[in-house]
Amino acid sequence: METELIKQPDKEEEPSGNRKNKRKPKRKRKFWSYRYIYLLLLPGLLFFLVYKYLPMGGLIIAFQDYNPFQGYTGSPWVGFEHFATIFESQEVLRVIWNTLVLSFLQIFISFPFSIVLALMLNEVRNQIYKRTIQSIVYLPHFLSWVIIVGLTVIFLRGEGIINDVITSFGFEAIPFLTSDEWFRPLITLQNIWKESGWGTIIFLAAMAGVNPNLYEAAMIDGASRWRRIWHITLPAIRSTIIILLILRLGNVMESGFEHIFLMLNPLNRDIGNVLDTFVYFKGIEQADYSFATAVGLFKGLVGLILVVAANRLAKRFGEQGLY
Amino acid sequence: MKNRTLSEKIFDAGNIILLAIIAFIMLFPLLYVFSVSFSSMQDFITKDFIIWPENWVTDAYQYIFASEQFIRSIFVSIFVTIVGTIVNLAFTATMAYGLTRNAPGQRPILFMVVFSLIFQAGMIPTYLVVDATGLLDTVWSLIIPIAIAPFNLIVMRQFFLNIPNELIESAFVDGANELQIFGRIILPLSKPALAAIGLFYAVNHWNNYFHGMLYISDPAKWPIQVVLRQMVITQDMDITTGQLVTDVAPPPETIQMAAVIVATVPILIVYPFLQKHFAKGVMLGAVKG
Repeated sequence: METELIKQPDKEEEPSGNRKNKRKPKRKRKFWSYRYIYLLLLPGLLFFLVYKYLPMGGLIIAFQDYNPFQGYTGSPWVGFEHFATIFESQEVLRVIWNTLVLSFLQIFISFPFSIVLALMLNEVRNQIYKRTIQSIVYLPHFLSWVIIVGLTVIFLRGEGIINDVITSFGFEAIPFLTSDEWFRPLITLQNIWKESGWGTIIFLAAMAGVNPNLYEAAMIDGASRWRRIWHITLPAIRSTIIILLILRLGNVMESGFEHIFLMLNPLNRDIGNVLDTFVYFKGIEQADYSFATAVGLFKGLVGLILVVAANRLAKRFGEQGLY
Repeated sequence: MKNRTLSEKIFDAGNIILLAIIAFIMLFPLLYVFSVSFSSMQDFITKDFIIWPENWVTDAYQYIFASEQFIRSIFVSIFVTIVGTIVNLAFTATMAYGLTRNAPGQRPILFMVVFSLIFQAGMIPTYLVVDATGLLDTVWSLIIPIAIAPFNLIVMRQFFLNIPNELIESAFVDGANELQIFGRIILPLSKPALAAIGLFYAVNHWNNYFHGMLYISDPAKWPIQVVLRQMVITQDMDITTGQLVTDVAPPPETIQMAAVIVATVPILIVYPFLQKHFAKGVMLGAVKG
């Protein structure tokens, strides 16, 4: 699976003048010669075991009625009961639907926006102007979600500047932040604002690889700007678009916990609650550990299948894939 | 290009204007918040629209910096960002180098790393482990459980793999051991990679809201993002009641905006350095070594 990751030829055995080693069996000596490497690996390995793989063992509570007093060994086993509940619960199905809708909004609206922005930047001849614009549009990527949502609240709340403008024209103020119908558009707009500039980098890199002779030849043949974009630039980034699209499809169960969580309030929870936030509310706030873990495991497994499938698909398109 | 046709010129002009508008939209919210945060109360109340402060005042800033909670959260975030980034780099660099030497057992460890990228145990089991390891409600819960980002580990390993093997071999011949090679050859050669990955780690620490919200219930240990959320999004202003420096407290709006600016400034300071590196970082990310 990760064959490409290992490119190095086998290292020759470390020359070691230590006479003690010579008496040890060959296998042991080999491990001993790597002792410093194992020392270097140790902290990282411990980290992965404790904070990545111990929790995977902890997933067994999805098959229990876990409570902290009885612990992992004392809590009663319930088999697949919680998983059965997932498919019976209207609430969970609703939450899965919300997650998917937000993901597809991102794929079909935010993602194309990056492509268009990259095409526009690519057409700018003045390099200083181009770089200035790039510096500005990349910036929001580095702002925290608290700041992005904070700015949204400052602008869109009842007495915010946008509603000031709306009411000054004699219209009624719009409850952007506390209504169902504005939730998805706002999430999408925030995604565009924060990430569309950053998203252009990978396309711009692909465009930079186009042979300038192609454009010149097209120009001599009388191709207009639009035709050059359509017939030269777009085909050049086609494979990048395809692979990003596939990888994004593999991640449809992800919705960005911080972003959604910060935008949620009791008035938009019906439409805004997604899998990650649901797990938080159930597991941490209501301390229903087992059911929340089951929902999380369900999400993780579906995500795993999708990512592996997406990766296969990407490789079929002749791309490198995620791993 | 001298022989541009009229339609070409229109295209270019339209493109440049449209890009300027987009850039303005990206920048405007921050600019507005900046201006209001420095505006006086009168200006804020009487003016419909503030694009640049007319009378510069720092009341709002004096107010939040008089708030113990706010100051403390900034110190927590500074601590977590500095110590956290050092921990990140130490754990990531040692393990990344350890995974380039083809030691027996390297393949399963690599598989472990890659698998953790595509499948995670999820919030609740991780929370229970953080609890069991005694980190809950300490600032270390913001550092240790995210000591390595698997993706950054792979990027750094890829960088190490690109260092010519001859350098390592010749050091062996000179009698150096792996620790000396790592410390004296690999790390000095990897300064650009360490700087780039360190910056990304640092920005993530500063911006991290999720772990502070999840693991820390004692307000005294909250990082800036958690306090900022309380002030601006939940609009719970009690949290920053400080000593009043003026006779009248500045309007809550300007206080909120000042807090947003204070939380943004560190990012703006490192942004030029980030810019130098991030194209590279994303490219590495794109091909995923």
